[in-house]
Amino acid sequence: MTTHFFGDTAVLTGRSLRHITRSLDTIITTAIMPIAFMLLFVYVLGGAINSGSDSYVNYLLPGILLITIASGISYTAYRLFLDMKSGIFERFHSMPIARSSVLWAHVLTSLVANLISLVVVALVALVMGFRSGAGALAWLAVAGILILFTLALTWLAVIAGLTAKTVDGASAFSYPIILLPFVSSAFVPTDTMPGPVRAFAEHQPVTSIVNAIRDLFTQQPVGTDIWIALAWCLGILIVAYALAMATYRRKII
Amino acid sequence: MTTTGAEAPAIRVRGLERSYQKLEVLRGVDFDVARGSILALLGSNGAGKTTVVNILCTLLGADAGTASVNGFDVATQAADVRESISLTGQFAAVDDILSGRENLVLIARLRHLKDPGTIADDLLDRFSLTDAAPRKVSTYSGGMRRRLDIAMSLIGNPPVIFLDEPTAGLDPQTRLEVWRTVKELTDRGTTVLLTTQYLDEAEQLADRIAILHGGRIIVNGTLSELKALLPPAKVEYVEKQPTLEDVFLAVVSDDGKGSDAGNDRSLGTDE
Repeated sequence: MTTHFFGDTAVLTGRSLRHITRSLDTIITTAIMPIAFMLLFVYVLGGAINSGSDSYVNYLLPGILLITIASGISYTAYRLFLDMKSGIFERFHSMPIARSSVLWAHVLTSLVANLISLVVVALVALVMGFRSGAGALAWLAVAGILILFTLALTWLAVIAGLTAKTVDGASAFSYPIILLPFVSSAFVPTDTMPGPVRAFAEHQPVTSIVNAIRDLFTQQPVGTDIWIALAWCLGILIVAYALAMATYRRKII
Repeated sequence: MTTTGAEAPAIRVRGLERSYQKLEVLRGVDFDVARGSILALLGSNGAGKTTVVNILCTLLGADAGTASVNGFDVATQAADVRESISLTGQFAAVDDILSGRENLVLIARLRHLKDPGTIADDLLDRFSLTDAAPRKVSTYSGGMRRRLDIAMSLIGNPPVIFLDEPTAGLDPQTRLEVWRTVKELTDRGTTVLLTTQYLDEAEQLADRIAILHGGRIIVNGTLSELKALLPPAKVEYVEKQPTLEDVFLAVVSDDGKGSDAGNDRSLGTDE
């Protein structure tokens, strides 16, 4: 069974990547909301926000990138759900292929689609004046964190896609994740928030991830934030992967 | 009545049980399908036909009992079973966003066959889909989708094919096309397990007919054996239907095949 794992995953990934390239609107809709937030916060609200940074778009971008991923993975759940409902999963599962490659194809496709959206959003941020003196290593570190975050959320999306009863349910799970950056250091420094909110903001995953990416962009020492960020990403990834695989096995015997 | 033929049956089911929570769907199902023959599994909605098919296709586990396909046990030799079968489910399991040809190539590649392109082109030709081959499947009619679906199941020439309600929701013309395809399959020696709610479909296609009711096979035999057992009212209904179908086919036969014939039928009695 596992002898064909890589070949089967490649074939199936090619299939779902075609779904992306043939409906580029999903990439655009994924990118539109974070871009709208970015415009809104930089040009409407940003003037009144004291972020302690020279350029608000520089301050804002890490959080916007996380929102991009959170809105992108709702399509992962959506595509998975449609495959389940259409019967094509049953066709694949009744064939002599490595079964887990059916899931991995969706995960890899999610990664590619999100990376494209991230590049689109980052390009818009550049046009809006985002600048970073970060070196290649720092950029690689940022890319690594974003990839890890995408994988973690993608496996969450897999659970949602596998267990949803309706199309709306499959994508609705991402709304709370999209809102999470608003109660974090993504838009405003957390020390302006009232006690309980601040406590929540400082101890949820987005803040440490945003701080780590921001420090990398601004060439500050990343401190402990990057380790907390990595721990969150890896933790979510492992738990979500285990739950998704357990759900998948329950679904297919 | 359950065993047929001298050689080992292509499908053998013994004492199959399966429940969903408290609902006992299968309560000891036994049947065989001889190599190269067609068995029609009849049953009303919810009788458990799809459950039987899903267990035999290794998509679902059984609570009790044994089943083997092409000599392989579905529980312990699932990978070998999957090498031996293909499934055409109740809903045409085709990829809407890919073209017809891409769908076929996809399945050929997943079956690890050489030269997927040639396999695809041959099947497109055989199922009269060559013209539609480069088009997205979402533009196909119901009949074309079903033809593509069945064509996808034939890739790799699996010795056993499961057709779960292959003509549900199809118009009479497309249904006849599907029937022709199924008959061709057995000419090539393929074993077919077909589920259906339509008695005339079983009558047209099947060598043997088994009726699944109350979680068990209550009748299993040839058409003539079965006919004697059915209540007369059912027989009358079966005999009436082809007449109406003949009229329908006669009326619409002048039109092009691609058009949706169901919308513009006129009630002419003068023909």
